[in-house]
Parts: sequence; structure tokens; C-alpha cells
Amino acid sequence: MGMQVVPSMSGSDQGKGSDVLDVQDRARFEQLVLPHLDAAFNLARWLLRSRADSEDVAQEAMLRAFRFFRGFHGGDARAWLLQIVRNACYTWLEKNRPVELMTEFDEELHPQPSASPEALAIEGNNRERLTRALETLPPRFREVLVLRELEGCSYKEIASITAIPIGTVMSALARARQRLQRALTPAPAQEASREL
Amino acid sequence: MNCDLTRTVLHGYLDGELDATRAAEFELHLEGCRECTTSLGSEESLRSSLGRSGLYENAPAGLRSKVRAGLNTMTAPPAVVRIPAWQWLSVAATIVVVASVSWFAWLRPGSDSSATTPFTVAEIIDAHVRSLQPGHLTDVASTDQHTVKPWFNGKLAFVPPVKDFADEGFALVGGRLDVLGGQNVAALVYSRRKHIINVFVLPTKEPDTPIHPPGLRQGYQWRHWRRQGMEYCAVSDVSDSDLYELAQLIYQ
Repeated sequence: MGMQVVPSMSGSDQGKGSDVLDVQDRARFEQLVLPHLDAAFNLARWLLRSRADSEDVAQEAMLRAFRFFRGFHGGDARAWLLQIVRNACYTWLEKNRPVELMTEFDEELHPQPSASPEALAIEGNNRERLTRALETLPPRFREVLVLRELEGCSYKEIASITAIPIGTVMSALARARQRLQRALTPAPAQEASREL
Repeated sequence: MNCDLTRTVLHGYLDGELDATRAAEFELHLEGCRECTTSLGSEESLRSSLGRSGLYENAPAGLRSKVRAGLNTMTAPPAVVRIPAWQWLSVAATIVVVASVSWFAWLRPGSDSSATTPFTVAEIIDAHVRSLQPGHLTDVASTDQHTVKPWFNGKLAFVPPVKDFADEGFALVGGRLDVLGGQNVAALVYSRRKHIINVFVLPTKEPDTPIHPPGLRQGYQWRHWRRQGMEYCAVSDVSDSDLYELAQLIYQ
């Protein structure tokens, strides 16, 4: 399964880098898209795992969104922007950290029991633990979790942002959560797997 | 004992994405399935810890202004912005272009002040209004002039004079980068009885002027002046006498 790195903007990207954006486009963009700058940055930060790189990529994606703004015909501006940001992130990853993208959805081969609530007992340094666990997941798992749990996106939005069919968002999330649970479960997980 | 629903429908249920019928079916299933019950519990606790841990990372303070500066270069009418104002060598040329463009801008009906500025009234008001939107007011929030002033170092090609006038009733709130007429400018933010005053500062080669008479549009007032190589424009919804008072304090 190859990575989808070609920016596709739900068919509305007509491919012309437009140089005719005027003050009205600008005002509309400021009103509809710019307010989602935090969302853009947050998604980039979790995909790239670096604040500095995310700042560059989010900025670039924002300007790209503006260039193609005439192709945005209303609707969910956040999802539209995040789609562009995501594509920009994958392009960046492919160029700078191609190895990271080679991980595929492979854990079906090794089903794991979900961790018990006790194993997931939440401690004080939670944020750090969760950050580390999230960052160990392959980008494809990380993005659905970030979109769902941090950005609060619906399945429909996740489908349009990540270009996975809506029917598979649920199972993608299920697998991502399972991975995260596993990443959060300390060593005794080994023992559990013996039962299989 | 591997329940298929644990790895599928349970998540739709958790996310509130099942339709009413399927949700009811799953609830019925939950009563008899220990695996799903346990799993739902751990997924819920994972979700709440993800929610509580402050993992969401907002854009850094300066990113918004950087994006805006980029947008400026892409927005027509481009006469002003096509000249990259941040390139050191073209600063002088930019001022000439900006001045001539704004000359036309100021000839338009509705210009109600005699001062010629390198930005239009609409830009000043827009910048002021934009700054009042949540999270836009300051890139550096501090009442300490010795914090605000150095913050601009390296972000602009000039250092704006920054003073707190809290004792006179104009407390410094902070500063931010903004863009006026295609140029990066410093915006100093003061508050006056809960009203916000933006003072935009940028370098100029024009000679000093007195504080010009007030302008008024859309309920906002502004005062403009030049002093010691800097161009100032203070804008707010406070009364003109308040605005003039602050202008005089800065002018001294």
C-alpha cells in the first residue's frame, strides 16, 4: 500500500496557482480559515513531532490553502484546511524521514489483549507518558487519534482529512487505540501475550 | 473468547457515531459481554486522560503574524506588497512606493485627515479590530516595558520605543507583530479602563510632525504623528481626549 502524498483537495483543487486573490478573498480567508491555525499547528506538531518543523509546515500549508482558496466552496473549513496540512506533513515526512512512513497497519498479525484498567492507572506525569506513547505510534495511527481525541473531529471529518473511506474510520480508530493502550502498558504485557 | 465487537462497534459507541438502533443493540450486548464491558472501561479512561493531559498544542505566538505577512504578499492589489519590505535594501524604495500608493488612497472620498500615512485608515481599523479577537491581542503579554521592548529584537528591522504609562492611567498590556500596508510593524497594546488602545509603530524617513487632529470611522478614533524617525498611529474606541493624552505621553 503506497502512501498518498499527492495533495488532493477533494476534487476542488483545480491546479491553478492563483495570483488573483483579492481583498475580499483575503477577508473571507481570515474569517473562515485563519481561525483554524491552532488546529493546523496541532496536527502538524503531532505528525512531525517537532514544534519548529511544524511551524514551518503549518505556515506553508496555510499559504497553500490561501492559494487554492477559490477552490473552497464552503462547508467544513477546518477539515478542508487540515487535509492540506496533512498532505503537507506527509510530503515533508517523505522528504525528511522516509523510514517513518514505511510502518504499515500490521498489528492484525499479532492481536493483543487490551490492557486492564489497572494497567492504565493514570499517574501524575501523565502528559509526558501519553506524549511518548503517542509519538511511538506510526503516523497513520497517530493522526486518527489526534483528530478524534484532541481535535474532536467526527468520523466524516476524519475520513475527508485522512482520505480513508468513512466505513473504515471506526476500525482505524480501534486499531490505533489498541496500539496506544499497548504503548502505555508497561512490561507485564509480555506475560499476557503468553496466554495466546 | 474474543468478541469481535470489542474491536469494532465498541469504538463507534464510544465515539457516539452509532445510530440509535445500533447503539441500543450494543448496550444490550454489553450486559452480557465481560470483554466489551472491561474494554469500554479502559477506553473511557484512556479518553479522559487524553482529554485531561493538555496534549493539544496551540500555534506559537508569532505564527499568526508570519502567516499574515505571507498572505499580504499574495493579496492584490499588489503594488505595495509585491515589494518585499523586509529586505533591507529595498526599505527606502518601499517607503517611496508606499507613500505614493497611500497618496492615492488618501485622495479617495472618506479620507478625513490631512496626514499622509503609509497605510490606509481601513487597514488601521482592520488591524485594531482583528487584535480584539480572542487570542490575537498580544504576542508578548507583559506590563513590563523591559520585557516588551527586547521581545521585538530580531523580529523587526527597528526597535520601537516602549513605555508603560500605568501611573497615568494607560497600562501597557503587551506587544505584537502586525502588518500594515505590507510592512511589518510593532503594535503596542495599552488598556484604558478596560478599553484597548493599539499604537502601531514603524520607522519613517519623514520629518517630525505634531500630533495630527483625530480621525473617526466606524466608531474608532485614531491619532497619527511622526517623531524621531518613527511613525505612530494610535487607534481605539476610547474618547479622543483619552487618545490624545496617550499620544502626548508617547510624544514626549
